[in-house]
Amino acid sequence: MSVTFMVFSIVFWLCAAAIMVLSFYSTSFSIFVIPFFLGVLFLLYISVWKYWRWIRGFDKLQRAIIRKNIWSWRFLPAIWEAFREGLLHWRITKKNLLLGYMHRSLAFGWFLLIVVGAVQAKLAYPHGHPFWMAIFYNYFEPESNPLAFPKAGFYADLMDGLLIYVLSGLFLAMFKKVWSRPLGMKRTTRHTIMDRVTKMALWAIFPLRLLSETATSGIYGNGGFLVRGLGNVIYDIGMADPTFEYSCWMLYSIALGTFFCLMPFSRYMHIFTEVFLIYFRQLGVKDSDKKTGYTMFELSACSRCGICIDGCPMNRELGIVNMQGVYMLQSVRNLELQRNAEPIAENCLMCDRCVADCPVGINLSIVRRQVRIKNKAEIDKKGSYSYLNNVQPFNSIGRIIYFGGCMSHLTPGITTAMEKIFNAVGQKYWYMDKEESICCGRPLLQQGFESQAFDLRRKNTEMIVGSKATMLVTSCPICYQSFKKEYKLSIPVMHHTEYIEMLIKSGKLKLRKDDRRVTYHDPCELGRGCGIYNQPRNVLSATTTLLRTKDEREHSLCCGFNLGNPLLDLEQQTKIRDAARDNLMAPHPDTIATACPMCKKAFQHADTVPVKDIAEIVAANIIS
Amino acid sequence: MKTFGFTISKGRQINCDELNNDKVEKLLELVPSYKWCIGCGGCTAACTAAAFSDYNIRRIHTAFYRAQYEGLDQKLQRCMLCGKCLLVCPRGVNTRSLIINMRRILANVPTNTFKQNNKEEKQ
Repeated sequence: MSVTFMVFSIVFWLCAAAIMVLSFYSTSFSIFVIPFFLGVLFLLYISVWKYWRWIRGFDKLQRAIIRKNIWSWRFLPAIWEAFREGLLHWRITKKNLLLGYMHRSLAFGWFLLIVVGAVQAKLAYPHGHPFWMAIFYNYFEPESNPLAFPKAGFYADLMDGLLIYVLSGLFLAMFKKVWSRPLGMKRTTRHTIMDRVTKMALWAIFPLRLLSETATSGIYGNGGFLVRGLGNVIYDIGMADPTFEYSCWMLYSIALGTFFCLMPFSRYMHIFTEVFLIYFRQLGVKDSDKKTGYTMFELSACSRCGICIDGCPMNRELGIVNMQGVYMLQSVRNLELQRNAEPIAENCLMCDRCVADCPVGINLSIVRRQVRIKNKAEIDKKGSYSYLNNVQPFNSIGRIIYFGGCMSHLTPGITTAMEKIFNAVGQKYWYMDKEESICCGRPLLQQGFESQAFDLRRKNTEMIVGSKATMLVTSCPICYQSFKKEYKLSIPVMHHTEYIEMLIKSGKLKLRKDDRRVTYHDPCELGRGCGIYNQPRNVLSATTTLLRTKDEREHSLCCGFNLGNPLLDLEQQTKIRDAARDNLMAPHPDTIATACPMCKKAFQHADTVPVKDIAEIVAANIIS
Repeated sequence: MKTFGFTISKGRQINCDELNNDKVEKLLELVPSYKWCIGCGGCTAACTAAAFSDYNIRRIHTAFYRAQYEGLDQKLQRCMLCGKCLLVCPRGVNTRSLIINMRRILANVPTNTFKQNNKEEKQ
């Protein structure tokens, strides 16, 4: 434990003790408040320390972005997003209505209980009241000033309505434990013991609140429609008794205190962390290649809801359920398990499906890559590619660069088609990797070889800048994402689908429409990776009849031959591919179209109708 | 310029008693498809790095299998992991995993946890 932590602890607990002693002299105090009070203090103590340490852990670039944007209006969209996601759970609602209702009733319902409780307490005691009055209002209210303010009855009814709202969510949560299908989840997360205990404390809070208020109402007849009715029952069966009442409130307070004490060490830390994460993200902070304070926020913002498990092709096709985002984050969070985290981090296709599904918006692939980079530190050697030093750029002023990519060399149909298209529109180009191709470096980076990838990136940048070309067109989505996001190029970078769409729109390229019926496979790197969904579809619609498939766009299935996972064997890859093929073949197309040489190669051997790249379909339909 | 064909290798003697097969065994355990190789050389013909240098994955594969580890570490660093060898391999050898694991084993990085953990779980 560091000195800072000691100083922080001493200062914090001295202040806390002072506040506590002062509060105990307040008129509305009872011993049962203490567990709740201590819980709140402890939660505050741990959270403040954790957040402060994480914010200090941001790296230089992230700090610079925060400093630049902190005085801008970006906090407004952050507040809106925090409200929409943190309380209303909009993204989860879009996935499944019931699941959304469950999360919303617990989060928003509880939030409203506290807010309306605070308003109620303020109205009843305009001259100040201790903060627990909002939580334990019904206990303190009857003896001092029952119905002291106008519309007190309305507020009591409202509080009861909100409690029913929260309890309905709690009922759904319990139901989900037994049968999760109706809530849109095939599999749920296996939680750690800590999470389970904390959840029990959380689940106990609301029934205990109802019980306590009922017990008080049995004696004093206060409360709203629900509590009063139940209170009458208690009175009738002769259980209206101050000892019983007091024990109920004590239990309620203990449940609250336990939950608050365990919260910083369990998945419920996401409740506050998500708000911070949303704020930093809106400010423009991005993940770096190393584990930073921002990563710590992402790790804790994961609510371990397990939505990432259902979509994952590794689960759907292979039944592997130990490596999905939620478990990967868990293994990174538990620092002592770092070594065990290796197979979990490596065993992933990096298809980004979980990133698209994640309701918190955590960039799981980048966190995973951080783990991989850490794992490869010993064998990641700088300067491994000195043999490339002699490769020289070609002077291509007034030309564009065409970069086929390594994989396109195995599918020469694509590069030939692209050359035909360039010639048809009279575009001069330099085919950068025609004879000798240098890899873009992304496959290395995905495996965690950061310095080696950097070497290749530097060499390619030298070549591109040295050629003085005006634009870069590539056929491979892996290279495309690399050039677009990881290289800092000053010239525009286009995937060939984007380029062809541009040619069609500007009228340079005239295409005839053939009678082919085509389904389109969204490559992971192009779709989820770079958000290119419409351009390929526009091109295909211009020259063929495009059919829709069940899983498309951000829900598209990985072809399985993605370079992300080094552990899968051929049989497993084939299983994943077959699922994607079945999805594409369902509307009975004549041709399967894709925009990635790797996906093309994968489907070619899958007993299907012909598989064509978009460039090939276009090249065959040019009107010259 | 690629040079294919046959050349005369230097004479070599392998003392089988002094061979240390531990690393090969370890690699076989980590990448079972290692032993499916038929030495066709398709990987080397498709290789991106081989177009620029004398990097020869088939030769490295064979040398490793014969437990002749000298200099392999340096040579393996030339690989760009682009995955072309993976796609051309007629036997489905997981060449990328092979290269990564060879490097880890040669650098004596602990590999015991780096196994395929693909057992199906029943729920």
